Amino acid sequence: MDLTKENILTLLEEVKDPEIPVLSLVDLGVITGVEISEEGHVTVNMTPTFAGCPAMDYMKKDVERTLEKHGIPYHTVIMSFDQPWDSNKLSEKGRQHLKEFGLAPPPKYDLILDLDILEHVKCPYCDSENTDLRTPFGPTLCRSMHYCNDCRQMFEQFKPL
Amino acid sequence: MNELAIKDLLYKLADDQLILGHRNSEWTGFGPILEEDIAFSSMAQDKIGHSLAFYTLLQELGEADPDTVAFTRNANQFHNSQLVELPNGEYDFSLIRHFLYDNAEIIRFEMLSQSGYEPIAKVATKLKGEVKYHVLHANTWIKNLGTSTEEAILRLQTSLNEAIPYALGMFELSQYEQQLIDAGVYAGEDAVKAEWFKRIQAVIEKTDLKLPDLNTIEPKLGGRYGEHTEHLQPLLDEMAEVFKIDPTAEW
Repeated sequence: MDLTKENILTLLEEVKDPEIPVLSLVDLGVITGVEISEEGHVTVNMTPTFAGCPAMDYMKKDVERTLEKHGIPYHTVIMSFDQPWDSNKLSEKGRQHLKEFGLAPPPKYDLILDLDILEHVKCPYCDSENTDLRTPFGPTLCRSMHYCNDCRQMFEQFKPL
Repeated sequence: MNELAIKDLLYKLADDQLILGHRNSEWTGFGPILEEDIAFSSMAQDKIGHSLAFYTLLQELGEADPDTVAFTRNANQFHNSQLVELPNGEYDFSLIRHFLYDNAEIIRFEMLSQSGYEPIAKVATKLKGEVKYHVLHANTWIKNLGTSTEEAILRLQTSLNEAIPYALGMFELSQYEQQLIDAGVYAGEDAVKAEWFKRIQAVIEKTDLKLPDLNTIEPKLGGRYGEHTEHLQPLLDEMAEVFKIDPTAEW
């Protein structure tokens, strides 16, 4: 395998969010950069979704393990806020995977997020927008809880940020 | 840039988050309804994460590592406002404190995201999006409960009157205040307080609660300079209890 940015990103598709195992870190948008030095040292830059997310340390180690597994011994993984994460960084593929997993993907927004968009989140099961926000907090920091008035089910949303 | 001034600001920010985060975590398993149990527990996790981000900046400026700073200092070395160390009381007090605190914190983060001191600006840019959810939570419950039953309104009003002098203590000026303003780090605590007053008043006006006249209230000062109530040291002892069994343990 040639050491190119594209190849490294393809490898990192293997690394999934431990709490949402259908979602790769690349699709989640937390891999903010890959640099390869002339000597073949690979630097991966990452950023947390939520600052208090307890899975971030695990994800960082998972990236390191994956690089080693593919025979890349010289690597550095850096976690920083240099390019802070926001939910618009989730890829289209990632959004589709979330929906199939039963988690409403975060709505896209322009520049400034108005949390009023939480009021009528599209239900991931029946696509109805006749839904109510139950609480902006959920089983993990990145999820809020909603109720669908049409299919009468609770569902969770990956929060817009 | 005066490094002492930056460190002082970072300690204030980090210590507020850590101590309130710990208080919020005391609601885990005790929330009046499941959603509130989850909400206070989630905010605890967020706030402790936020304190870690600021303690990490302090470490980059030569202070000890975040665990050491968080778990080995005594109460008189903490720079948090006294508001955040007060016991949770009943739910009405915790809610009022959360409302008064987070409406101030988001303003600080908004200002600091424009800071001329880049490391703080990056962290604040990230965190302000998260605190938005805390503010949404607080304002929603204050509006709902502040217009509900006589008992709810009376309880919230009593807690508001009790918490306000401590809330004003959040804006205690740093000895480096003017330097931070002159250097473009942020507009300073008086500016935060003025904006905070407008925002909390806008919410209170939609309820049956009354905001006391802030000019007649003596703020509870001292927290930013290490003077604390008798409640902080027991909190620290409990928080560090496991850490102190074996400070060198790998977690």
